[in-house]
Amino acid sequence: MLGPSGSGKTTCLRLIAGFESPDSGAILLDGQDVSAVPPNRRDVNTVFQDYALFPHMTVQENVAYGLRVRGVPLAERLARADTALELVKLGGFGDRQTSQLSGGQKQRVALARALVNQPRVLLLDEPLGALDLRLREEMQIELKNLQRQLGITFVYVTHDQGEALSMSDRIAVFDRGRIEQLAAPRELYAEPRSAFVARFVGGSNVVEGELARRITGVAQAFAVRAERVRVLAKDEPVPPAHWSCEGPLVDVQFHGATSRWQVAVGGMLFAVERRDGAAGVTGSPVRLAWPREAAVLLAGPP
Amino acid sequence: MISRSLDGLLHRRESLRVFLLLVPPLLWFGTVYLGSLFALLAQSFYAIDEFTAKIIREPTLATYRQLLTQPANLDIVVRTVGMAVVVTIASAFLAFPVAYYMARHARGRIRALFYVGVMLPMWTSYLVKVYAWRLILANQGILSWLFTSLGQQPLLDRLLAAPGIGGPSLSSSYLGLFVVFVYMWLPFMILPIQAAVERIPGSYIEASADLGANPATTFTKVIFPLAMPGIAAGSIFTFALTLGDYIIPQVIGDSTNYIGQVVYKQQGVAGNVPFAAAFSLVPIVVIGMYLWLAKRLGAFDAL
Repeated sequence: MLGPSGSGKTTCLRLIAGFESPDSGAILLDGQDVSAVPPNRRDVNTVFQDYALFPHMTVQENVAYGLRVRGVPLAERLARADTALELVKLGGFGDRQTSQLSGGQKQRVALARALVNQPRVLLLDEPLGALDLRLREEMQIELKNLQRQLGITFVYVTHDQGEALSMSDRIAVFDRGRIEQLAAPRELYAEPRSAFVARFVGGSNVVEGELARRITGVAQAFAVRAERVRVLAKDEPVPPAHWSCEGPLVDVQFHGATSRWQVAVGGMLFAVERRDGAAGVTGSPVRLAWPREAAVLLAGPP
Repeated sequence: MISRSLDGLLHRRESLRVFLLLVPPLLWFGTVYLGSLFALLAQSFYAIDEFTAKIIREPTLATYRQLLTQPANLDIVVRTVGMAVVVTIASAFLAFPVAYYMARHARGRIRALFYVGVMLPMWTSYLVKVYAWRLILANQGILSWLFTSLGQQPLLDRLLAAPGIGGPSLSSSYLGLFVVFVYMWLPFMILPIQAAVERIPGSYIEASADLGANPATTFTKVIFPLAMPGIAAGSIFTFALTLGDYIIPQVIGDSTNYIGQVVYKQQGVAGNVPFAAAFSLVPIVVIGMYLWLAKRLGAFDAL
C-alpha cells in the first residue's frame, strides 16, 4: 500500500489487523468475513512502525509472547522463538534486553515476533522508515527473500515509491482515503491510470487541459516520464512521431549519474532526466521532444 | 570580560555547572534533613532516668531494650504496620481503575474534571478533612443516617459488632480509621499509577492483542508489569504516610495507640525523647525493608 502521509494506508492496515472496525464494507481473510473478529483472534500479525517491543521482556520472551498467550508449552515455544530469531539472523540474541538493540535489530525482533505465530498475513507498517539508507536496502532484499521462503502474504505500507516498486507483486496507490490504482509495479509505472498515480509513482510530467491541446492537438491529459523526454540540440528538427514543446531552463539538479532539468512550459515545470551530465545555462530557451508512444493518456479529470 | 570568561568556563566545565546546581539543595538536605535524622538516631542511644525524668547523656541500649521487650510496644508496631498494609492494598485496588481511566480513556473536560477531583482534596487543610470525616462517621452522622434511610441499619450494626474492626460507632472503630486513611492517601496512589500507565505506548497494547492475547492477558502480562513502578511509588507514599501519621488515629478510631501517637506523646507530655527517637526509627526500618522487598520482587524492573 503506497501513498502520501494521510492518504489512509495505515488506517487500512489497522482495519486488516482489527484495531479499527469498518463503518461499512467487510474485511475478508481467505474469503471469510473477519470484520467482527477481535485482533487477538485474527490470523494476522503486525510489525509496528515503532516496533512496540515489550521493554520488560528479553528478546526471546518478546518473540515467544504470541506462543505463550496461546498456551504453547515452554520448551516448544522457546525452541520456536530461537528458530524465528535465527530466521532473522539474530540467533544468540535471545537473552538480550530490548534496550540493548540497535534500530535494525529491533526491527528484526519485531519481525521474528510476528512470524513465529505463522500468520496467514503479515502486516508491516512502514517497517524500514526509521533505518538509514544502506540498512533499508539490505532489509528490503531480506524481507523479499523471507516472503518467498515462507510463502506468507505480506501487506506492506510505505510512502516510498522506490521501495514499493522494488518489493511488491501488487501495489495499491492510496490518495485521500481511496485506492487510485491497484496493479503490478511494471503496469503501474508504465500505465498510470490517473494524474495522481503518474505523479506519485513515476515522478512523471502530467500535462493537462490547454497545454495538452497545444502539444498534441487533443485536450486530453497525458503523462510522460522524465527519462523519456529528450532535449533537442539547437536547429535539430523534431524527430518523426515525436511531440515537442519549449520553454526556458529554470533549474538543474545534479544527482550524480543523472541530472534533472526543470523547464518551464506553459505554466508548468517539465522535468527532464539527462544522463550526459550537461550543465546547461539557466534562463536559456530549451526545446524538448518525446516519442508519441511514451505519452500515457490519462482518463478523466485529475 | 569577566562575565564572558565565566560563561566560557561554565560552558566548558560540565562538572562545575552540575556542582553549582546541586550545592544549595544538597546543603539543605545534608544539614536540615539528614542532620536531624542523625540527631534523632543519636538521641535513641540515650536513656531516661526513671526517677528524676532526666535524660542521661551516655550511650546505652536500654531504650531499645525497653522498646523491644515490652509487649505493648510490639502490639503498637504490629497494629500500625498492619493498618499501613491494608490501607496500601485497598488504595491500590481503588486507585488503579481511576488512574487507568484517566491515563488511557478520559479526554478533554472529563480528564480535567478527574484531575481536579483527585487534586482538590489536597488543597484543603488536612485537619478540616479529618474532622469532617469524624462528623460523617459519627453515630448520628451522614453515613449512619444513610444506612438507616436505606433500611440497612442491621448491616451497619453487624459491621460495628465485628471483632477487631468494629466499635461503638464508625468514627471510633478500626474500620472508620481505615476508611479515613484510604480517603486521605488515595490521591498519592492515583497520581503515580496514572503517570506510569500514561507512559505505556498504545502500540504495546495493540501488539499484545495482535499476538493473540485477550484483554485480561494483556492486562496481566503487559499493562500491570509496566504500571508496577507507579504502583510501587504510590504504595511507598500510602505506606509511609500511614506509618507516620499521629493526628488521624487521635481524632478517629478507638483510642488504641499507633506509632506516630506514641512518638508524639513520649517526646511531648512524657518528655522521654530517647524513647520517642527509638520508636520513630521503627517506621524508617520498616520502610527500608519494604523498599528492599519491592526491589527483590522486581517492582522497579520496568523503570
